[in-house]
Amino acid sequence: MATVGALPRPREPAGELAQGSPVTPGRQLRCCTASGCRAGGAGPLIEALRQAQAVADPAANGLVIKSVGCLRLCSRGPLLAWDGPGGPALFALGSTDPGTAPGAAIGPEQARALVLAAATAPGPDTLAALDLEAWRPQALLPEGSPSPGPSPVGVASAPPPSPGGIGLTWDQMDLDHPFFALQQPLVLLHCGWIDPDSIEEALALGTYGQWRRCRSDLSPEAVRAMVHRSGLRGRGGAGYPTGLKWDTVALQPPGPRFVVCNADEGDPGAFMDRSVLEGDPHRLLEGLAIAAFAVGAESGFLYVRAEYPLAIERLRRALKQAHQKGILGPGTGLELELRVGAGAYVCGEETALLQSIQGQRGQPRPRPPYPAQSGLWGAPTLINNVETLAVVPAILRRGAEWFAAIGTDTSKGTKVFSLSGAVRRTGLVEVPMGTSLRTVVETMGGGVPAAPGSPGGGVKAVQTGGPSGGCIPAHLLDTPVDYESLQALGSAMGSGGMVVVGEAMAMPELARHFMHFSVEESCGKCLPCRAGTVQLEQLLDRLLAGLAEPGELDQLEQLCRMVKATSLCGLGQAAPNPVLSALRHFRAEFLAACRAESPRAAFAREPFPAGPALGPLPGGRP
Amino acid sequence: MAALTLRIDGQAVAVPAGSSLLAATRLAGLALPVLCHLDGLTPVGACRLCLVAIEGQSKLQPACTSEALEGQVVATNTAELRELRRMAVELFFAEGNHVCAYCVASGACELQAMAVTLGMDHSRFPYQYPLRDVDASHPLFSLDANRCILCSRCVRVCAELEGAHVWDIAGRGRHCRLVAGLDQPWGEVDACTSCGQCVEACPTGALFHKDDSTAEKHPHPIRALQLRRVHDLPPRPDP
Repeated sequence: MATVGALPRPREPAGELAQGSPVTPGRQLRCCTASGCRAGGAGPLIEALRQAQAVADPAANGLVIKSVGCLRLCSRGPLLAWDGPGGPALFALGSTDPGTAPGAAIGPEQARALVLAAATAPGPDTLAALDLEAWRPQALLPEGSPSPGPSPVGVASAPPPSPGGIGLTWDQMDLDHPFFALQQPLVLLHCGWIDPDSIEEALALGTYGQWRRCRSDLSPEAVRAMVHRSGLRGRGGAGYPTGLKWDTVALQPPGPRFVVCNADEGDPGAFMDRSVLEGDPHRLLEGLAIAAFAVGAESGFLYVRAEYPLAIERLRRALKQAHQKGILGPGTGLELELRVGAGAYVCGEETALLQSIQGQRGQPRPRPPYPAQSGLWGAPTLINNVETLAVVPAILRRGAEWFAAIGTDTSKGTKVFSLSGAVRRTGLVEVPMGTSLRTVVETMGGGVPAAPGSPGGGVKAVQTGGPSGGCIPAHLLDTPVDYESLQALGSAMGSGGMVVVGEAMAMPELARHFMHFSVEESCGKCLPCRAGTVQLEQLLDRLLAGLAEPGELDQLEQLCRMVKATSLCGLGQAAPNPVLSALRHFRAEFLAACRAESPRAAFAREPFPAGPALGPLPGGRP
Repeated sequence: MAALTLRIDGQAVAVPAGSSLLAATRLAGLALPVLCHLDGLTPVGACRLCLVAIEGQSKLQPACTSEALEGQVVATNTAELRELRRMAVELFFAEGNHVCAYCVASGACELQAMAVTLGMDHSRFPYQYPLRDVDASHPLFSLDANRCILCSRCVRVCAELEGAHVWDIAGRGRHCRLVAGLDQPWGEVDACTSCGQCVEACPTGALFHKDDSTAEKHPHPIRALQLRRVHDLPPRPDP
């Protein structure tokens, strides 16, 4: 398998790679500058490396230092991938002080040593042996220490590290570890390889090739048929067949149409779409352009949440570059526009998102009519999630049958998951549909470290689908990850957030956390979501304060069902899921949190008689 | 005009094509509870009281925003729906400050009537007692936000019929509130024509005439009928 771990080497048809690939130009240091590694100081780090290269030996001139998107293992960031003899290899910069971003702590001498080592090391092992501590900044060294020598990888001539200050660690990551080796990148094919700010690199890897092919060789019907045959389903959570959606839009009566990319990724613990936006924005633009071609739209929007400033910046640049190159924009039959959200989670719901694009209050409206029939300004509108669109070019390039061969009977292709929570290895994984949760969480993610003193430790549950999903207990970890299997367990695939819960977490507490999220993010249009979630959170508060009686669990469940059955949009309908699934799989914990039932409560628990049959209302309006 | 037939609560009914399920239910002589719907205004499906069960669909659908379709089999009054409606009305009462005994609209309040109809004599959910304001800055009318159920009838009647768009909803979730103009005191909003239609449209005592005291708010005698005749039912063919 030609993976290079987190950095699966792009597997393109030879023809496209042959025309000058930026992937293997010799020696290269790829620095992840996506949001995760940025938090670890990737910004100052790449700056320091570039400055070091400018003042370093001419030997370092052959090294290319470039900024790339996500290198997958976010928990160890900032990450640096090295291409060279015997490479690629992946390295993580760390610091001995958990409060310090390692990338910001690197000194000029250390950066110089790193650059020289990367430029001259005969193999990854030599680079891995680099001792950054030996190049600790002068200010922190004891008085009178000799200045560090020019030897980039040697430790012999280096001064002893000082006891104070922040120490840096430099570790090589094992790319044969399942976390990297089991990944199968389709959506993230180029993510981590190309500079997201360079359209040339994207073009060299064949991006926009399928968009050109569409316009020159393919008919919209043929494109839709391919997507249909591929079995692709929406990656935003609901899993609606993408081909069917495209057909529905295309077959509306003649007139203007719109395409919209939903990049309002708001689920806590979900960062797949962000990684695509930050790592390979051109692939998304190509997917959106193909979708527009397939349904006959001449204009489209990308709706990105405001909390993703880097994604917005890179997408904006990508759009500008594509315009300058004449790939999109005037004369190409497609105008794309970027719209930035204003902080409302509910705007990830398609009808609310469309309202927001139109400049109105971001509130969902009842469906039907679906956006495919009546969307932006009443015109048929295709709205797809980032990951759905980003995989479309690959389907066109490799064929529908190739895509349909990956995954399970009902869920085709791969899915990107963002693995977070108590798990050992936090980051981004792309695996074929149908991979078991155990593989993702334990084999790849490394499970949960056992708490001190507890024999078993490990994973207690996995929360999938964020505030719309639910938790899956550890004993069901062998469940394959596909739309139907997760739904059958009372959870949902959702957009791909996977939060691993350790033994230390109380499930009622987790349920309350998500309910609080829904309370805060309810738009307030419909009653059950606006008022029902508030009551649900208060019931959970009572429970966690030890004030609830066992009978109140019934009330909790009843209200959950009411909110689920009667809310207007998906947010309200799914808001009770975390509570219901926790009750289903961890009821004992809820019961243990209750106090004993009083006789008064037993009496109050008597069911109310149902109201009389409805007649004309007395008083009021007719 | 094209007509279609469907079955509501066991009885067959023929309705003009394009009718909403709510209109069809009424044509069948049945009553559906509504709080946000007002004949003549764009339906929004927000109060969730008119939810009905349509055979073959797993989700309940609001009758006000759903189109009646040929051959549909609809249930409007099952035990499940009655229980859901009762809980909804309980939630309405618990989320605001509804004190019928002091209310200007007592006896003419649709929320109150709904509680009576659905047999809701108390709320099983704790009352939230939110801190809300009263705006008495308008010379003729007042807004008591304590009694507002956020049905948005006033918003729509002002925007769609009067064309003034004085009202809107601000905030999110439980912090939603009715605002006049650019969140100004009502009396300072130049756009307000003082037509009073919002007061007429308000199902509770949230918007009321200043000269009305406890239990003195009364619905306009014929306004509702006029609205319904004009807007809700498809036009009748000329004789």
